[in-house]
Amino acid sequence: MADITAASIHAAKAKSRSTAERHEARNALILSAPALILLLLFIVLPVAGVVFLSFTDFELGYSGFKFVGMDNYTELLTDRTFRQSLWNTTVYTAIVAPVSIFMALGFAMLIEAEGIGRSFFRTAYFLPVASLLVAMATVWQYLFHPTIGPVNQFLALLGLPGPNWLGSAGTVLYSLSIIGVWQSVGFNLVLFLAGLTAIPRELYSAAEVDGAKSAFDRFRLVTWPMLGPTTLFVTTISIINAVKVFETVKTLTEGGPNKSSEVLLFTIYQEGFVYLRVGYASALTVVFLAILVVLTFIQYRVQDKQVHYA
Amino acid sequence: MSALSLRNIEKSFGANQILKGISLDAAPGEFIALVGPSGCGKSTLLRILAGLESADAGEIVVGDTVITDMQPADRNVAMVFQSYALYPHLTASENIAVPLAMRRLSTLQRLPLVGPLMPGQRKAVSEIGRDVREMAAALKIDHLLDRKPGQMSGGQRQRVALARAMVRRPAVFLMDEPLSNLDANLRVHARGEIVELHRRAGVPTVYVTHDQAEALSMADRVAVMIGGEMLQLAAPQVIYDDPAHVEVAKFVGQPRINILNSHVMSGGIVAFAGAICELKDKNITSGSPVTIGFRPEFVKVIAGDEAGESGLRGRVERVEFLGSEIIAYCRLDAIGATVVAKLTPAEGGKLSSSTPVRLDVAADHLFVFGADGRRLAADPILQTNTAELAHG
Repeated sequence: MADITAASIHAAKAKSRSTAERHEARNALILSAPALILLLLFIVLPVAGVVFLSFTDFELGYSGFKFVGMDNYTELLTDRTFRQSLWNTTVYTAIVAPVSIFMALGFAMLIEAEGIGRSFFRTAYFLPVASLLVAMATVWQYLFHPTIGPVNQFLALLGLPGPNWLGSAGTVLYSLSIIGVWQSVGFNLVLFLAGLTAIPRELYSAAEVDGAKSAFDRFRLVTWPMLGPTTLFVTTISIINAVKVFETVKTLTEGGPNKSSEVLLFTIYQEGFVYLRVGYASALTVVFLAILVVLTFIQYRVQDKQVHYA
Repeated sequence: MSALSLRNIEKSFGANQILKGISLDAAPGEFIALVGPSGCGKSTLLRILAGLESADAGEIVVGDTVITDMQPADRNVAMVFQSYALYPHLTASENIAVPLAMRRLSTLQRLPLVGPLMPGQRKAVSEIGRDVREMAAALKIDHLLDRKPGQMSGGQRQRVALARAMVRRPAVFLMDEPLSNLDANLRVHARGEIVELHRRAGVPTVYVTHDQAEALSMADRVAVMIGGEMLQLAAPQVIYDDPAHVEVAKFVGQPRINILNSHVMSGGIVAFAGAICELKDKNITSGSPVTIGFRPEFVKVIAGDEAGESGLRGRVERVEFLGSEIIAYCRLDAIGATVVAKLTPAEGGKLSSSTPVRLDVAADHLFVFGADGRRLAADPILQTNTAELAHG
């Protein structure tokens, strides 16, 4: 008898607990619904739409479309323009991301050490981020002009032959990289400055007392490891931004000369909005997205292990 | 010969003078506590000793080496920080190894990948590992060596910080409030441990704290700093029983010393509540303002207000029961002041708020301070009836 009562009480308790759990789960769903709906509407659905279109031969202006299966993707494999733009984007990213990260780190440490000019330098370096790149592109066009440009005039003063920066296939990608670095150093610098301010001063004192005499020792012992989370974030953002290069290419070179500055986003733009081949552009976009996702994933997997979150 | 000596250390930040000529000598193996309210300059003095700040004037000597202008790394001085300042990305054993690696390995030997290829690196590294394990065993933290600071409790971190400071056998130990981040129980326990470690290391230690109980209980000598000046440097008992300055008397002791304004009567007599003192300095004119102080445990409280008895009449405002003792706050309406008395439960058990009482103060425990706060030498005059009351 006693056993039966105990068992039934137990069952009743379990039942009421599961009701409470169900109730809680329902509340959680209701509370997260707005975010889920927005996420679905503005991120998941468009991505699904692009993936869907990439299997079709849809062209803007034509009514109707038909499924072509993997045709768009097989075309990609043989498309010389696509391969060129993939390579150019890789080179551009391989230059802009590391250079802008290490320059920003160096400048951030110099500014941090400087007491008086701090806010001035911070603002000065942040200006390129705040300015409109399309507008500033004209300034760069002037600076890089082969004959009247100040850069080449300066080189001429030193007796060096100035290249045709944006006009020759050999230099155009490097010229664009310089502009890319100029544009992103400021943003990275502000992030690094914030990271540096967050490092406890006592750690530097401890390092000095422990015998870290040189600035290099203190950097290795305190600054670099403590900046781990910042560096991870800055690296991710820099790579993504470099892969997304478009404005300078569109305004200054149109991918030229002879496709030597053709980059992924520009190719997508050409296919989708100039040739109106939406299906093919969608396939390009899917590849582009996949590259970004894989890069981000690798980044977090590799760096997260070495990063210390205090 | 003193193991550590500071001579006339001065320091200003802008127009703000933080240290106004501090001098101090520590004997070999001496434990000195620098105690004072926040902002008194004690931490700045410690940072100057470590070489993290430079003094505007003055000299620091360790043994027979002048270290005033040396880099922190070149002074053989170790420091334990308030936040412990452990490197969060390194394990306990790596943290403890840092000061050894910095001293015994060259920059190249310390580099990853390249370091192990350098001649002699392997031997030095294994020696460092052995020293770290020895130190860890001495501090009973061997089981923590593979943990990072984030995986340790406050007490464990504090031990790792101590190990990191001690492992290189420094000539001087500096500690900046190392116990203030521990909870109250652990703190009392850790006091004893630090004193024991200090005794074993036998190295002069300068210990900064704002907690007077910590300073009195741990140190061989206590230096009381207030407003950038060292007001008194003496053994804990002297600091307590014989304060040189009214601020020292106020800072040390719990509950706080009773401080009242008074003035000198003719013949250099200062009197309060049955206690009478005669100032030794006969040049102090009668009527000069003075401050008198007496510790709560030397106040005798007698219930009742029969006329004709000695002592000051008052009324109990509030009674605090603390187990082994009772703190009674007595209002003296005649002079508009409240006097705190510390009583045994037997003495104070019958007191409750608004009980009328008479107060008596022992004359030989009455301190007289001049207008500048300095202690004035005074002889107690023991009258027969008050003496009886005072000593009960």
